[in-house]
Amino acid sequence: MNSAVIVFPGSNCDRDLAVALEQVTGRKPAMVWHKDSALPHGIDFIGVPGGFSYGDYLRSGAMAARSPIMRAVIDAAARGVPVIGICNGFQVLTEAGLLPGALMRNAALSFVCRQVPLRVENSQSLFTANYDAGEEIVFPVAHHDGNYQADEATLDRLEGEGRVAFRYLDEVNGSARRIAGILNDSGNVLGLMPHPERVIEPAHGRTDGRRLFEGLLETVAA
Amino acid sequence: MKARVFITLKNGVLDPQGKAIHHALEGLGFSGVNDVRAGKLIELDLAEGTGDGEIEDMCRKLLANTVIENFRIERLEDA
Repeated sequence: MNSAVIVFPGSNCDRDLAVALEQVTGRKPAMVWHKDSALPHGIDFIGVPGGFSYGDYLRSGAMAARSPIMRAVIDAAARGVPVIGICNGFQVLTEAGLLPGALMRNAALSFVCRQVPLRVENSQSLFTANYDAGEEIVFPVAHHDGNYQADEATLDRLEGEGRVAFRYLDEVNGSARRIAGILNDSGNVLGLMPHPERVIEPAHGRTDGRRLFEGLLETVAA
Repeated sequence: MKARVFITLKNGVLDPQGKAIHHALEGLGFSGVNDVRAGKLIELDLAEGTGDGEIEDMCRKLLANTVIENFRIERLEDA
């Protein structure tokens, strides 16, 4: 699997994601600068990492979503290339229109940085094939703007179509229906606030995130 | 030519920032505040002849996130 990690000014989880991808896939991902207008040839997975792109100016993810490389990411997503947006990457994907809804300031106003239990709501997606439906896992979160909001009709549609991939078990940030991660309508774009790339090897304390990348690798390679 | 764009959260969208300001005002002893909603003001210095449609386009494409925000444009006459 040839992967690309998009790097914006202010990204700070790009290296973590690259390390996770290299460990799981055995290949170094291409690090693609936001000013590039094209992805390298033959990319079959794109990661939009966490961080504080453009200092969160205007709205979290707003400026990054309009950077030149995002046009190529949007085109690739439309062709079915799997795209994951983690934390700030989730914010970028909603701002880019690849995922519905918006991520607002945490309801309790404070930055949340801890391990959070999650439930895998959909184990049929490209990203969750190696989990069981209803399985409880733990990923870390570290964000200020993780409060997922969308109108009721959108939330109902996400639930009805099995597009809520991960849900918080406890109150974390005020997200509507405790949504932690969602899929696009064709299932090849996932956005989530928790960080699977930070729980991939025993030294991290847990390895719950590793199966996300392994499952993806198996699906893409198949 | 100048224009101002006022960006406000849609009704019903929770505004944690406004809530924090509200609490801080109460902490300062201002007890008569019923609610606070915070928004943004963006001032644009534009080429003469920039049409309303183009400013609205700027709002929809970048300045506001219309999932959660409304915008209002106010043109200012040059002094």
